[in-house]
Amino acid sequence: MSDIPLVSELRLKFGEGIIDVNLEAIDEWVEVNPDVLVEVCQFLKEAEGFRFDMCNSITVVDYLHTDPKKAAKVDWEPHLEVVYHLSSIATKLTLVLKVKIPRWKNGVEGDLPTVPSVAGVWATADWHEREAYDLSGVNFLGHPNLKRILCPDDWEGYPLRKDYEMPLEYHGIRGR
Amino acid sequence: MADFVNHILTLEDSWIGYIVAALVAAVLILHVVAVGALLFIWMERKISGRIQDRLGPTRVGGKFGWLQTLADGIKLIAKEDVTPDLADKFLFKIAPYVGLAASYAAFIALPFADGVVGQHVNTAVFFVLAVLGLEVFSVILAGYSSGSKWSLFGAMREAAQVVSYEVPLGMCVVVPVMICGTMNLTTIANMQAGFFTNWLVFNDPFTFLTAIVYFTCATAGVNRAPFDLAEAESELVAGFHTEYSGLRWSLFFMAEYSSMFIVAALASILFFGGSHGPIPIADVLGLLSLDNLGSSDPAFHVFNEDGGGFFASLNLEIAIARFLGVANLLLKGTIGVTVMMWVRWSFPRLRIDQVMTMCLKYCVPLAAVGFLGATAWQALDLPTGNSLMNSPRYSHHELWTADDSESAVEEASSNEVQTPHEDDTHAAAKAVKLKTVPVSVVKGGGR
Amino acid sequence: MASSKIDDPRVIEFDVRTDEMLINMGPQHPSTHGVLRLVLRTDGEVVSDVEPHIGYLHRCAEKIGENLTARQWIPYTDRMDYLAAMNMNLGWSLVIEKMLEYDLPERGRHLRVIISEMGRIASHLVAMGTYGLDLGSFTPFLYGFREREKILNLFEEACGARLTYSYLTPGGATADLPADWTGKCRQFLAEFKEVIPELHTLLTTNSIFVSRTAGIGVMSAKMAIDYGCTGPVLRGSGVYHDLRFHGEERYTEMYDGYVFDVICADPATGKYPESNYEFHGDSLDYPEIPRQAVLGDCWHRFYVRMLEVVQSVRLVEQAIEKYEATSGDWGTPIKLVQKLPVKEAYMETEAPRGQMGFYVVGNGDSIPWRVRARSSSFCNLSVTAPLCQGILLADIPAIVGSLDVVMGEIDR
Repeated sequence: MSDIPLVSELRLKFGEGIIDVNLEAIDEWVEVNPDVLVEVCQFLKEAEGFRFDMCNSITVVDYLHTDPKKAAKVDWEPHLEVVYHLSSIATKLTLVLKVKIPRWKNGVEGDLPTVPSVAGVWATADWHEREAYDLSGVNFLGHPNLKRILCPDDWEGYPLRKDYEMPLEYHGIRGR
Repeated sequence: MADFVNHILTLEDSWIGYIVAALVAAVLILHVVAVGALLFIWMERKISGRIQDRLGPTRVGGKFGWLQTLADGIKLIAKEDVTPDLADKFLFKIAPYVGLAASYAAFIALPFADGVVGQHVNTAVFFVLAVLGLEVFSVILAGYSSGSKWSLFGAMREAAQVVSYEVPLGMCVVVPVMICGTMNLTTIANMQAGFFTNWLVFNDPFTFLTAIVYFTCATAGVNRAPFDLAEAESELVAGFHTEYSGLRWSLFFMAEYSSMFIVAALASILFFGGSHGPIPIADVLGLLSLDNLGSSDPAFHVFNEDGGGFFASLNLEIAIARFLGVANLLLKGTIGVTVMMWVRWSFPRLRIDQVMTMCLKYCVPLAAVGFLGATAWQALDLPTGNSLMNSPRYSHHELWTADDSESAVEEASSNEVQTPHEDDTHAAAKAVKLKTVPVSVVKGGGR
Repeated sequence: MASSKIDDPRVIEFDVRTDEMLINMGPQHPSTHGVLRLVLRTDGEVVSDVEPHIGYLHRCAEKIGENLTARQWIPYTDRMDYLAAMNMNLGWSLVIEKMLEYDLPERGRHLRVIISEMGRIASHLVAMGTYGLDLGSFTPFLYGFREREKILNLFEEACGARLTYSYLTPGGATADLPADWTGKCRQFLAEFKEVIPELHTLLTTNSIFVSRTAGIGVMSAKMAIDYGCTGPVLRGSGVYHDLRFHGEERYTEMYDGYVFDVICADPATGKYPESNYEFHGDSLDYPEIPRQAVLGDCWHRFYVRMLEVVQSVRLVEQAIEKYEATSGDWGTPIKLVQKLPVKEAYMETEAPRGQMGFYVVGNGDSIPWRVRARSSSFCNLSVTAPLCQGILLADIPAIVGSLDVVMGEIDR
């Protein structure tokens, strides 16, 4: 499955928007600048020859080592990655898009980092982004209905973050 | 019966006799309702089990679980009486009783055999249908007063459905009434005495069609599947009886099963000969001649008013004949109920708009066609089931419409002379029939 | 009359208005296939809006996955789509093998085909039975479960469990099949042949069932793809896509050499592929499509599942022959504390309910950095809101039942 024509077309169209490409990974991925994310997705969905009309999954991976000794051994800074797995029914191609964002917006703890929402491009992204917001605390700008989906509406905290601590109690129920 | 009691107590036409007679009738009917419900619930569980490739109750009361319903009934009575906070207490409590009363009251006019009725009602057909229609009140009361939206949904659907299906039901019922010329259920049953070709269902193809449509409308009228969306378990939890538990819920259940039995028994009386079986057993055994059905002659009372002592006054042959008739009707009613159960466990459920469509677009026109066809068949004097076997139907009718006037009796006896296998019979019977006045006063035998 | 406890003032205002009712088809409901809460706004029987609320079965499987090794997390996959647990195990096993670049011996591949296709039959039997139950028909449910019991007995002999198997592991399976297992499996298939036409009579061609499902919940192909629907839901709308043919090579090579059809109607003609399959000497004809059925409605989604069962039977028969003909290792599991490389992998498989995807990020440790399960029912359920606008209340179980969701995999 050769992505090279795909990547070169993307670079041609978006230039600076394509930050990084890794073709040696098990699933080749393309890192995209969040500012051009929606345009890239729109292009990927509609372009002839690609037609990535299905968004399979949106995942948020939290890169943070809470233990400073381990943090010293890795070469990345703490950040969040939003990983989009796309596939095409028509052409049977698959692609992975990544968006790297800081863990908190402008370093202010509690301010959620933002990524534009692709719910307008794929309707299925609606619920996937709600889950990403709910569990990992990423604010999707332009999302029609950004509410918690799996946790209760009044839950505090973002459970899948590496520095998350279970609350001591929730409505009288002991947490830990 | 009242006269007999009065005679026993050596009173002259006293109210005591009537009260005792009424009580006896009421208790007997209560037994039919209660034991019937017991039996039908057990049957339903066994039949549904077998249809679903499993056994059903097998423990309580021996290998077949006869007493399972009794055990369940005892458990239900022992349950805590829960009333929702938001419920209208009085209406909530009264709703199941209204339903049971309506079902029970319809049994009053249902003839279990020739002369075995709670109360002889001349317009029995009208009475039974009217009283059965009261059952919808209990559903509406239950749904409204439960204080839950789900119950209200169920009640609304039920009200719409039952009231709509009463129209084709009434039209179907009018067909046997029209053919027999009377609303008296005893008379209608007696006019089908003899072999099964006498049955109204084989009278003509339109009556056959009407019987089928009647059965469908009756199933819809008692909220049995596929028309059971009022209690649709998978959509509305339990519909109008969601909030009911314990004894109150079991009363709803009992009302449902007794209504099922009533409509099945009504079907068998109107179309399938009632207590008169496929073969005239009583006649064959020499217990009670067909010609003496419905006779008001005291000789055919079960309890003779003269004659000393209780047992001497019992006319055994008549009693056995009537007992066979009762057993026959109960059997036919049970078969009808079994068919309803069979249908329930085989088909999915219809949606409310499909139920209404079925009623208004299919059942009503079919019932109308059945009615017109049956009327035309009678008017054109086309051959009917009983005429093919040359068994006179209207001779019996003639016997009872007589207000003991001599001319009528003479006609009847002259009819009997000509009875054996002549084509005149049918013409004579028809001639006789055309002379009679449709609304007749029947002096039913055995009070 | 208010039984909802939503404190939002807008909601209270709706509740008091007399023209629209706010009804809660709450988490406990006989027909919502698990703990799903549907908040309906209705005007009498007509539903104007449906809002699904999920999360009642959220058990934090993904967070737990960050504390367990790859093999230790397999029971958690069992409990996602618990009705097709074998297929869940398979998905996770494949993604770990993809990451480790480990290939299974041939016998193990055939074993996996047998097991996952039997799991598919078992899952579709439940789907069909509960769908009938939702619509008021009790008997097919029990007939389906009677057959499922036989399959579960077979699985119990293979791995010791009836519902949550943890049988297929990265590397193969925990144990080989017992000696006489394939003979019993053949016997089951022979008995199953008799039941399939019964189920068609009871449900597929029953006129009441058709009138309840045909033309209801019609979803166009474009809408299905847009909402990420997969599996029978997608194929019921006429989209020819089955991962067993069109998926990743690591998955499709499992089905190399097998002959079977993808059940999908041709959108142009509306016809399904001919049943050119002979089942023990009798050809198993597919029942006719009723007049009222529209491609993309509930009936077609149900029909696809019924036909897929026949194809699964075909696959199991071929797989048993190949399994018995191949000798060698069945695929021993990897080490319990196998270290995962610093890579990430995503793999989707064709589970009975749709495409089940697992995404795993490794960081050199035996414990993964991030585990993500992308379930088919999650996306299939999201289509409820647009599909259920302006329909009757009684159609909601029909639509939700045709999507065949399992809350375990939605909430994880």
